[in-house]
Parts: sequence; C-alpha cells; structure tokens
Amino acid sequence: MTSETTAVLSERVAHRGVRVFSAAVLIFLIAPILIIVPLSFNQSSYFSYPLTGLTLRWYELILGSPEWRTAILNSFVIGLSATAIATVLGTLAAIGISRPSFPLRGVIVPILIAPMIIPIVVVAVSLYLVFAPLGLTNTHGGVILAHAALGTPFVVITVTARLMAFDTTLSRAAASLGATPWAVFRRVMLPQILPGVATGSIFAFATSFDEVVVILFIGGTEQRTIPRQMWAGIRDQINPGILAMAGLLTVFAVVLFLLIGWLQGRAGAPAR
Amino acid sequence: MRAFLLAVPLLIFLAMTFIVPIGKLLIMSVKTDEVANAVPRAAALLTDWSGPPALPSRQTFEALAADLQAAQDGGTLASAARRLNTYEPGFRSLLLKTVRQLPIPEGEQADEALRRIDQRWGEPETWRLLGRAAHRWTPDFLLTAMDHRVGGSGAIEPVEPSQAIYVGAFGRTFAISASVALICRVLGYPVAFLLATLPARQSNFLMIFVIVPFWTSLLVRTTAWYVLLQPNGVFNALLIHSGLTAAPMALMFNRTGVLIGMTHVLLPFMILANYAVMRGISPAYQRAAVSLGAHPALAFLRIYVPLTLPGIGTGTFLVFVLALGYYITPALLGGAGDEMISQLVALQMDRQLNWGLAGALSVYLVVFTLAVYVVFNRLVGIDRLRLG
Repeated sequence: MTSETTAVLSERVAHRGVRVFSAAVLIFLIAPILIIVPLSFNQSSYFSYPLTGLTLRWYELILGSPEWRTAILNSFVIGLSATAIATVLGTLAAIGISRPSFPLRGVIVPILIAPMIIPIVVVAVSLYLVFAPLGLTNTHGGVILAHAALGTPFVVITVTARLMAFDTTLSRAAASLGATPWAVFRRVMLPQILPGVATGSIFAFATSFDEVVVILFIGGTEQRTIPRQMWAGIRDQINPGILAMAGLLTVFAVVLFLLIGWLQGRAGAPAR
Repeated sequence: MRAFLLAVPLLIFLAMTFIVPIGKLLIMSVKTDEVANAVPRAAALLTDWSGPPALPSRQTFEALAADLQAAQDGGTLASAARRLNTYEPGFRSLLLKTVRQLPIPEGEQADEALRRIDQRWGEPETWRLLGRAAHRWTPDFLLTAMDHRVGGSGAIEPVEPSQAIYVGAFGRTFAISASVALICRVLGYPVAFLLATLPARQSNFLMIFVIVPFWTSLLVRTTAWYVLLQPNGVFNALLIHSGLTAAPMALMFNRTGVLIGMTHVLLPFMILANYAVMRGISPAYQRAAVSLGAHPALAFLRIYVPLTLPGIGTGTFLVFVLALGYYITPALLGGAGDEMISQLVALQMDRQLNWGLAGALSVYLVVFTLAVYVVFNRLVGIDRLRLG
C-alpha cells in the first residue's frame, strides 16, 4: 500500500468518525426535548414509557389554572415591555459604537456587554438592594427595568454586526441630497439594519421570557412568570402540568427558531 | 461626539439598573453600620478601650444600656442584633434579653446591672466582638468568604474546618465550570466542523438540532433532564433494558446530573461560536498543504485547527463564564455536595439576610469573572462575539 492510499483511507475513517460522533452529540442535544414532549400527553401521571394513553388533560390543567394564566400573561407583558426598552436603547448605542469617531470604544463596549457576563445571582441581589428602598421590588416596573438591562447586550451585538455590513456612503449620499438626520436613519439606515434589530429584540425577549433568578429576588407573587411558576412547581412537587408547559414552550422555541431563520434569509447573508 | 451621545441613554440606563446596584452590593461587603448606628455612644467609647483582658469603662456600660433602649425605640436594634449574630451565635438573644430587663434600677451601677442580667457582659471577648462589629468598615466578610477571620489576638487566622465552606465552594464552582467548558469543547468541535463543511442543505437541516435546543427555555431543558434522569426515569429504563446496568444508576442530585444538565444547556454556544469561525475558513488552505505533500491529518492539525482558534476561544470563554454564574441547573440537578457559589449567595440573601457575606462572595465571583472577561477581550476581542 502506498502512503498516498493510507492517507486517503485514514481521511475517510476520520470523516466517518466525525459523522458518527456528531450524530451522537446532536441526538444528545435534541433527545431530551423529543422525549419529554410525548410524556406531556401521557394519560398516567408517571413520567415513563410506554405511554398509557393519550390525553390533553395536562394542557387543560395548565390553561385552565388562573395561576398559570397570570404567569403566561405576565411573561408576555414583562417580556415585550423589556424588549421595547432594550431594543431602542441598544440600537441607538450600536449606531453610536459603529461610527469611527466613537471615543473610548475599548472601554465602553465591554461595559455594554457586561450584563451578559456578570453572574445573574449577583445582578439579582444587587437589584434587590437598590430597588427595595425605591419601592420597585414586587412591581412589574422593577422587573421590566431589570430584564431590559439584561437584554440590551444582545441588541447591541446583533445590530453592531449588521452595521458592519452597512455602507455608510448611503447615509452620506442621502444627507448630501438634503435628507434630515432622522430621514436618513428612518429611510436609509433602518431598512438595512432591521433584520439585526429584529434578531436582537428576539434575543432580548427570549432572555426575559426565560429569566427566573432576578424574578425570584425582586418580583412578588403578582409578578410570577412562566419560568418562576415552573421553578416553584419543580421544587415543590413536579407534575405533568409542568411537562405540558414545557411542551408549549418547546413549540414557542421552534417558532422563534423559524422567525430567526426567516429574518436571516431576508437579510441575505446571515448576520452571525 | 455625536456618536458618543447615541450611547449615552444606554449608559445611563445601565448605570442605574446595573453598575450602581452592583457597586452598592460590593460596598456592602466592607461596610457595616448597623451596629454603629444602633449603639453610637458605646461604639465611640469602645474605640478608646485598650481591649482584653481589661473590661471597658463603667461609662461604656452606661452608654450601652442607654443606646440599647434608644435603639429598641428607634427600631434599629433588630438589624444590629442580626449583624452581631454573624460574629457569635447567641449574641442576638443576649441583646434582646438585656434590653428586656432595662432600664437599670435606681441606685445600681450599669456594669453591675449588665453583668447581673447576663454574665457574658463580664467577659472581655463579648466587648471585643461588639467593638469589632461597631466599626463602620470591616474586612470581616471578605475574610469569611475566604474561610478566614480575625481572631482574639487580632491576627488573621483560618476558621475551624467545620465552618470552612466557601473556598471549597469556589474551587467546586471553578472545577464544574472548567469541566463543562472542556466537555463542550470536545463534543462541540467535531459537530461544528461537520456543520461547516457539509453542503448547505444538509448543514441547515442538522442546524435544527443545535438551534431548537438553544432557543428552548433553560427551565424546560433542566426539567427534561430532571424527569429523564430519575431513578425510575426514561434514561435508567434504557440502561437497564439494554443490559448495561442491573440496578438504576444515580444520575441526578449528584455531580453527574449537574454536568449533564449544564453541558446540554451550554453546548449550543460552543457549537455556534466554532461554526461561525469555521464557516469562514476556505478549504483551499488545507488542500494546498496536502498537495504540497502534507498528510491530511497533519494539514488539519497545523493549518485548520490554528485558524479555528478564535472560535475555540470564544466558545470556551462563553461556556466557562456563563457556567460560573449558574444557579438553576445545579440547584435542580445537583446534590448536597454540588453547590455552586451562586447558590450560596442566594442562600445568604434568602435565609440568613446576611448582605455583607452575600456581597463578599459576589466580590470574588465578579472579580474572577471580570478577570476572565478582560483576558478574553485582550486575546480574542469581545467584538468577535456573534449571536444567532
């Protein structure tokens, strides 16, 4: 056997190895979700296969419970409000950062990204410390402000990434033709960066929608959201109702996934 | 300057909701004025006291008796008592017992009266602790968080082994985070490689397996593992059915559960970070090396892997740093021996109301996290962070 054929052979073996290994990892990633969803339709309240029969009982239990309905409503109210704040502030900041004249970029950008990096418990305890004397604990407003802060880094990152691909001569051309700065932003820049803004806002929303630690510290029972309700449920006595909620959230995740895919498709080159 | 103004609203917002609160928590770790505010006159006199073995002056006893009564009326006694209890369990009940028997009857000296109420007021050690707690600034919490304290002689000494829990917890947090980052790197690299080199159609299909879990709520995924890893859960049923084990294995409420759960949650970050870099690498480099006579394996190791270092760096950084602050997953899947620092911070807040210690633990956690952040920013650059 020549060295060339062994090389080709070993390359083929390596490729096969990578495929088998990757398949196992991908199954590890998706399997828990695929296994858990059918259990939410199981007749019996035991979490085991084979299923004893199909039922929508657990979904009725969730959607009929006033507590869960409050939680679902709260999750959307808090999530959408926080996203609105994070998107506006984050997009403005990203536009600023992307200008070549932006000062102290090396200091300011890490500060803007920091809410993503600092351990969430530290953020939660700190917020309690400041919000309690201001009367912002146990209020929707306090939770919305906190979640908005946590969401801003995602908006900054995705919008900055899109702005890198934005041709600034377009803005200058518009301005030289007499457009006001607002018109330049609204008519020239925004359409170009919109997929980035939308992607960032979906991230910000998902951050709020999935957040439980801050809520545990600064929110009261009036601010209970889906994750908080699930957390309490698992710690207390896990029941199939929680799996039904998990099923609904999985469907929601697929919707977000499709939305992001569509946005990236619209954007032409994906902004990764 | 116009550019900077655009970032000002966000900077102000983050200052209010993020920077100032965290700063305040960090200050809490060295600041204690509960005791100084509750017993101001006694605190002032104690600063002039020469310390054990002598007892403080009679005036100090008088001042304390007066201060305690004023503190009870003013509502500052409870927080001071709680604070003192972190120095010596039982101090709280001593204060409450004392204040119940005040005022001092006419004609009795304050020092005799207090010693009659409780003999601990006759011990210099009690006064030494009171004096320490009455300082407005203290290193005590920062020392406690490192399992040290200031002993009777005024020197820093380790606490008793039975109370030394925090250094171990920091080590554990670091070990769990590093293990998760390493496991994610080993599992994620080949997957990212495959996704980056397959034709777009297949790659896009396989991407679903990465992105759908990525978008699925952390609680859903932790719940899934909580259900699957139970002794009579699906995973154990599979193991027993396939004959790999005879009896159910303990897969949760221990380190195994924590590592499985955290790896599952954080692996998509690693895959996506590597994929983003790998997709931009032209296969021509490797082909050039092979055509010049390099073994494909050598070409891969010497040409391809170095080009992917930014991806490996970003992925490892993200997974490690996010893991450092994990709370939910270890709390649900871990056991008594797997508590991470975040859980201890929450415990100090929730049950003990010990702000100082919660702050001190946070100081170390934040400083370490920021150190990793700064190193990453220098080596790779935070600008490299891409999402989606």
